[in-house]
Order: sequence, then C-alpha cells, then structure tokens
Amino acid sequence: MERLADLLIKPEKWSGLVMGNDALVRAMFESGVKVATTYPGSPTPEIAAAILSVPEDQRPLVFQYNTNEKVALEVAFGAAVNGRLSCVFFKSVGLNVASDSAVQLPMMNIIGGMVVVIGDDPGANSSQNEQDNRHFSRMSYMPMFEPATPAETYSMFLEAAELSRKMKMPILFRMTTHVCHARQKVDFGTFDPAPPDWTPKFDSKANGPYFPIAADVFPLKTMALERLDRVREYGETSTSNVIYSPNGSEPINGKRLGVVSASMPAMAVLENFHESKKPLDLFKLGISYPLPNDKVLDFLRGHDEVLIIEELDPVMENEIKSMAWDAGAHCKIFSRKQRADFMGELGPDRTWRILSETWPDVFAERKPHEVQKSLNPRIPQMCPGCGHRAAFYGVKKSLPENAITVADIGCHSLGYYSPYNMGEVLLCMGHSNGTAAGMSIGNETRKVVSFIGDSTFFHAGLPAVINAVLYDYDFTLVVMENGTTAMTGHQPHAGSGEIGDAIPIQSVLETLGVKFIKRVDAYNQKALQEAMKEAMDHKGFSVVIASHPCMLKFTREQRRKGKANKRKMHVQDNCNRSYECLREFACPSFAVQDDGSVVVNEELCIGDGSCMSTCPVNALKFSETE
Amino acid sequence: MDKMNIYLCGVGGQGIGLLSEVMIRSAMEAGYKVFGADTHGLAQRGGTVVSHLRIGDGVFTPIVPEGQADIVLALERIEGLRGLLKMLKPGGTVLYYDTAQQPIAVRTGVDAYPTGDDVQKAAEAIGTKAVPVRLEDLPDPRMQNVAVLGRFASLGLIEGMDSSIIEKVLQSVVPPKVVDANLKVFQAAYSSNDVAGKRL
Repeated sequence: MERLADLLIKPEKWSGLVMGNDALVRAMFESGVKVATTYPGSPTPEIAAAILSVPEDQRPLVFQYNTNEKVALEVAFGAAVNGRLSCVFFKSVGLNVASDSAVQLPMMNIIGGMVVVIGDDPGANSSQNEQDNRHFSRMSYMPMFEPATPAETYSMFLEAAELSRKMKMPILFRMTTHVCHARQKVDFGTFDPAPPDWTPKFDSKANGPYFPIAADVFPLKTMALERLDRVREYGETSTSNVIYSPNGSEPINGKRLGVVSASMPAMAVLENFHESKKPLDLFKLGISYPLPNDKVLDFLRGHDEVLIIEELDPVMENEIKSMAWDAGAHCKIFSRKQRADFMGELGPDRTWRILSETWPDVFAERKPHEVQKSLNPRIPQMCPGCGHRAAFYGVKKSLPENAITVADIGCHSLGYYSPYNMGEVLLCMGHSNGTAAGMSIGNETRKVVSFIGDSTFFHAGLPAVINAVLYDYDFTLVVMENGTTAMTGHQPHAGSGEIGDAIPIQSVLETLGVKFIKRVDAYNQKALQEAMKEAMDHKGFSVVIASHPCMLKFTREQRRKGKANKRKMHVQDNCNRSYECLREFACPSFAVQDDGSVVVNEELCIGDGSCMSTCPVNALKFSETE
Repeated sequence: MDKMNIYLCGVGGQGIGLLSEVMIRSAMEAGYKVFGADTHGLAQRGGTVVSHLRIGDGVFTPIVPEGQADIVLALERIEGLRGLLKMLKPGGTVLYYDTAQQPIAVRTGVDAYPTGDDVQKAAEAIGTKAVPVRLEDLPDPRMQNVAVLGRFASLGLIEGMDSSIIEKVLQSVVPPKVVDANLKVFQAAYSSNDVAGKRL
C-alpha cells in the first residue's frame, strides 16, 4: 500500500481512499499554498498530521504550530499580504479566539490569497458548544465555501484558493466534523512541486492601504462590500452551486417540489431522494455566502413548494425568505419545525423525518428506532498512569469541603467527572483564572482553586495570570503540566521544547512575580498534598505546578523503541477492600470481581505505579510479568 | 448492492482504527462504493469509540443511522451490548470480543457489568444471536481487533468481500514487523466455528 505521505506529493494524478482532512492537504499542495498555520483542535488536527507526514525537505509549504488561533491567523495573513498563498486551519471555537483579527481580513487587499479553514462541530462531538460559524461570514463580509464530502473538500478548496488569489480576498472554508473525518475514494489532479518564490511582495502604497482606523475604515469597508457583490455574481455560475434532479423533475400531486440545502445535510437529502425515487429537485449550495440571488430566485420561481434543510441556525432560511419577499416570489417556503432540529447533525434519518413532516404524502412517516434498554454512557476518562488523575486525587484530598474548583479545557477537563468532581465551571480555553479571580472577590469563607493545562497556559491563559499577579487575588492555580497538547494528539507547545527551546512555565511565573510557586511530581502524593495546603494557606495568588509527562505519549514512544514496560501492578492478599484504588483513585486498570475482590486488568495497566501510595494498607505491589 | 451499514465500536485504545481501516479497504477492494467515518478527539480517552462504514450505491453520507446497522463489530462486551441496542437492525449480526473493560459506573458499584447471557437475550429480542469471540494466549491484547476481523471473515456476510481479500488488506496495513503475528491471530479466529475459548 502506498503511504499517504508519498501520495500527497505524488506529481501524477491518483485516486485513493482518504479522510476529508487528507483531501484538504493534497488540495493545499496542488493549489500552491506556501504557508500553513494552526493551533491544534478537533476536528482539524489530522490536517497538520498529514502535512507533517511529508518529510520537511519535500514539503511544498512552510507549516507551523502557533501559540493560539489568533496568532496562527495573523502569521498566515502576514505571509499572504507578502505575496504567499496561505492557509490557516483550526477548530470551530478557534474562530472566536482569532476573531479580533479575522473580522478585519475582508478589508485587506490580500495579494497572495488566503483561505481560513474551520472545523465546525454540529453535534458538539468534541467542543464546548456547537456554534454556527456561518454567522462569522455575514459579520465580517467573508465569502464562505461549504464542502459536504472529502471529494468536495478537494475540489472546492482548489476553487476557493483560486478565487481568493484572483480577488485578493480571504475565503472562509467551513468543514464540519464528519466532513473532516469522512472517508471516501477521491480523484486527485497533478501536483507541480515548483520551487517557491520567497521574494517579499508587501507594498502598502501599491496594494494598500492596510490601515483601517476611524474614517479610513469606510473606503476599506466599501471595497469589502464591492468584492462581496463580485463573489455573488461568481456564485451564479459556479459549479459548486448545483441543482440535482436524480429522479427527473416532475410535479408530484400537481406540485413542483424542491429542497435547498448545503453541507452534509444536502447529501442526506440526496440519499433520501435516491431511496424514495421521487422526482424532486435539490439545490445544493457550495458557496453559501453570499447566496447567488438570481439562481436562488429562479429555483423558487420554478417550484410551488420549497423546503430549506440546514444544520444548526436558520441562516439560509432567513436570507432566502427575505429574498423571496423582496422579489414577490409566489412559492411556499417551508423549514424545520422542531426546536430539536436546530441542534445536532442532520443525517439521512432525521432528514427523512423533516421531509416527511413537510410532505407526508411523498415521504411516508417512519417509526423512530426504539431502544429496548438504555445503558449509562461510558464516560471518557484519563488514561492509566495519567498524571492528571494523581493530581486530582491529591488536590481533592487537600481541599476543604466547601472549596470552589474552576476547570479549563484539555484532558484535565475530565476531572469534572466522578469520582474526582474537580472543576465545576467551564467556559472556554483560558477562562479559569479570570473566573477564579471573580470568585475570590469579597470571598472570605470558601477557597477557590483553578486548573489550567500547559498548552492552554500559553494559548490564552497568560493574560488572566498577569491580572492575578497585579491584583493578588486570593486563589490557587494548579497548572496541570504534562509537556504536550495531549487531548488533540500530542502536538508541541511553547513549553514542550520541540519547536524552539522550551519556555518553562515556572520561569514565566517567577518572572511575572508570582509570590508562591511550588512544582511537584503529580505522582508524589505527599509532596503534592503538602504543596496544596501551603498554597491555600498563602494569602493571595499562589500556584502549584502538578507535573508529570503524558503517559500515553511516553508509553507509545517507549513501545516504538522496543522498551515496553513489562511490569504490572498486583493487588496483594492483605487488601482490605476499602476500594480506595478502585473508586477514589479510579484508575481504569482496576476491576472488581463478582466476589468483591479487586484485580488489576493487565491489558490496561502500564506499570506506572501512580496508584501505589494511595492504598491505605500498602496492598499494591509490582510484579514482573512476561 | 444498494446499502449496507456496518458499525464498529469499542473502548478508546483498543485499536478500532485498524479494524475500520481493514474493513473499509476490503470493501473497496471488493468493488463497492464506500463511505466511512472514525471517532477522533475527546472520546479516544477511555470512552466509547465508534467507526462507521457504509457501502453500496445508495450511500451518500458516512454516519450509520440508529437502528440501521446490518452488522455490529465490537471489541468489548458492554460495548457490544451498547452497539447492539442502539444500532443493530432486527435480524442483523453482532460480533463482540469477549473481554471486559469496566466503565467507572461499574467500578463504583452504580451499574452491573452485563453477562454473556444479557447480551444474548438482547440479541434474541431482535431476532438474532450474538457471536462472542475470544482467543486465549493472544500475544498482545491489541490484537483482539484482528480476532474479531478473522471471525467476521469466516461468516462471509458481504458478497465479494472474501477472506482472501481481507487477509491481503490486513497484511498491507499492519507494520511489517507484526504481520506474521497478526495473520496467525486472523487465521486462528477464522478457522473455527466456535472460537470462544479456543487456544492459539
């Protein structure tokens, strides 16, 4: 089997099974992207993994992990106004972080071209919300492309990159979780590995101004709006805005019926048309902003009834209804009826139900799947040996009953779940120290403890830490340091030492003037619990760094080196069944037998020993196994 | 074929990725139009991980709708039960590797862990029989996925997706170092009608 890395830079045409994220990378290479940047976040980290699979000396672009999404977007912008086609990609809520700069982009004359790829997450598969980023395109006047499959991801990225370069404007390229992660066979074109031209092309006199401030905003905003009109015209004829009539186009019961949709729900509609064999038309919008007015109105005029099916907010619905009103189009326009349909993904089954609620004579009602019995979900948990588990266990032991704990984003968000219940409030990356500061104001009776991971510390954590130093709020920050960006697949960060020299968090805190700092190995329960008690006794802002390398990363690296750890934990005969290891420390390697005894599941135990000091009767001991 | 839905499930870390890779490539080798999607991100940390595979000309989207899976392949018992209850069509086929990874709710005494009989009863309620798979002396628990694959191959459920194709694909996707060990597990699981408790 040919390796993905070889295929991605293969000069000839090829076709193969790929994920949407992989298809995007081939499209970047073919279209001549020269600078690609990111901060890791689901569902997009595999884009970086695919780029990095190509050895650096053969990689046709410069790729960088940046400190956060805003910085990544700015690096891509700087490269683009200096003449290089650039691409920044990140998760859905990454656009919130990047937004301060992102909303300015359409007012800039981006001579190299720039595509902003976002991985929206309808269904909140791995995000703290399921925000609909189509609103951002409207707010910032940035055209939006919405591929529905890996094949469309490839072809539409080529189109978006070309349009962006030609019109010198940014394009928002909106993928969703199951477009990023969908796999299918895709046909690719040729790739010309031409040597890049790195001549700096930035010229504010010839191509600017690039300086929107006060009254100077208006000429730039005018330019953005005019370009948007040109994209609207472009969209009237683009093959990305396409009408499908898979079963012909005939009136049904005397009425001509049509559906307007975009992204994955449009494919679900097609699947339902295929199944029903009914002659309806589907207008699938690939360029979903700005909508092609004339083409949409033609579609409305050509049908007696049109149903709009879209995921999340009624964005197209509101715009199409207002277009129809202005044009006096005599077409009945239907939309989703249930509030629940404004949430989550719309696959073939939900789409069928929406069709059947609108046209019960055409799409017969189907009984929803009845589950004979429902099981409690398997809650994700920290891996065997995870330093965060040891840290949460120890922090919990040190806290007074009425303490308030503030969570942040990362693997350590899992501390929220039972039995740790550490971290009771969560907004977004980096919120914890701002929120904890507020909790501490006027609070003389309840200790406040916040958590943050090391990657997030650099990403969005620093401003609130600086703020805490200045006001010397009375709370304790626990830095959950594992040396990597673990949740998204072990990407490097400023403190990991894989990009430049590591920037140690402890040194940063010392330089900032934090008065109480203790760094302990999270496995060392005694030291950790003592440090926590001291930190909480300290009046003012205090920090405990609970450090232990990510053991999933470490174990994988050891295994690759042929140095797998053979030792396993064993429960000795003196176990008194207090279940401290099973229920309070709760490493997944412990299992309870029918007779109530505790055993170690050797399939899971990595022989780390983080549990040993938690047993009140010292019944946990290593034994070597083959 | 117009449409066939296959749902793969297990616990994060069990190697569902390899199973889904072999399945989707084998379906493609057998000449089918394929669409699939794997779980990435949060759930990989010890939660339920799933993978969807849909094959046939009538498939335009990657996610298997609830209650519409023709086949469920699971890598752990409670996940097998969960997959069966949530996804399997009446009369469909469910295979599960008979190992236990107790969820936190079981370890803390909130839930009971299901027995093999519990799984069988749930299967019978929708007119089918569950197929437990277990090989003793696996050289590495990370090969449980290949045991399920071998047993699946022996059932010949998908026309044209012969075991020779699956075996060839398996050979091409696992690292060269472990090809032999994986093929041995595949063949052991394949060659017996009742592999529950069979020794390698």
